[in-house]
Amino acid sequence: MKAVGGRLSQATLSVPFDAASAAKRRSLILVFCCTLVGAAAQMFIKTGAGRLARPGFLGAVLGMFTNPLLFTGYALYGLNTVLLAVALRDNELSLLYPVIALTYVWVCILSVGILHEALNPFKVIGIATIVMGVAILGRGGRS
Amino acid sequence: MITPLSSILLVFVGSFFGSFGAVFLKAGSGSLKLNIKSFLLNWQLHAGIFFYLLSSVFFVLGLKKGELTILYPLVSLGYVWTLIWSRIFFHEPLTRTKFVGLGTILLGVVVLNLGNR
Repeated sequence: MKAVGGRLSQATLSVPFDAASAAKRRSLILVFCCTLVGAAAQMFIKTGAGRLARPGFLGAVLGMFTNPLLFTGYALYGLNTVLLAVALRDNELSLLYPVIALTYVWVCILSVGILHEALNPFKVIGIATIVMGVAILGRGGRS
Repeated sequence: MITPLSSILLVFVGSFFGSFGAVFLKAGSGSLKLNIKSFLLNWQLHAGIFFYLLSSVFFVLGLKKGELTILYPLVSLGYVWTLIWSRIFFHEPLTRTKFVGLGTILLGVVVLNLGNR
């Protein structure tokens, strides 16, 4: 009877609806938003990098400020960084960081939709596997 | 389109620097408040952004001559570095959930990469 009581109170303690667990859930939602912003940034940078006026390191640095596509890409990365910093405040780095891999999923979908890259079974299975991995981390990171 | 080795190396180095961006961002986030002053006066946040910018320069140069969908999965090495740093610098527990989650994600990235051959 004592063991059952102990297990019950433990189960009650493992699902607390306090401020800390709410903040942890919020941090996962913030990282999810990061992946959408990050994918958009990648698309702008990919498109902009192909149109660099000067080659090499200097061209890349100058391009950040002179190429509107690159500039937009980096501005989105700035937003991405702010969102990520706020998210990291309330949860573990080792848990939140791999969730950023969702960016690959959006980039793949955008590459097919906008850059007209071909979709095939590998890409579909890859996307599904990444989503599964993120779901595993998400379930473990809620409380 | 053929992806040259130089592009692959540039993205590899970029992923290493990028993982330190995450480390400094995490270090700075502890004292972070939701106002502009808090963001501007946080040197660790600035260091994090510096490493992200540094890695981004490598990524721009690397992505210039290759396919995004081939080079981008290489960035996933950054997750492995970050897992190591989060244990060393922040003493975070490395649970089975994290290993299984990250392993599944990396597998997905590799399979996604196979679709670009």
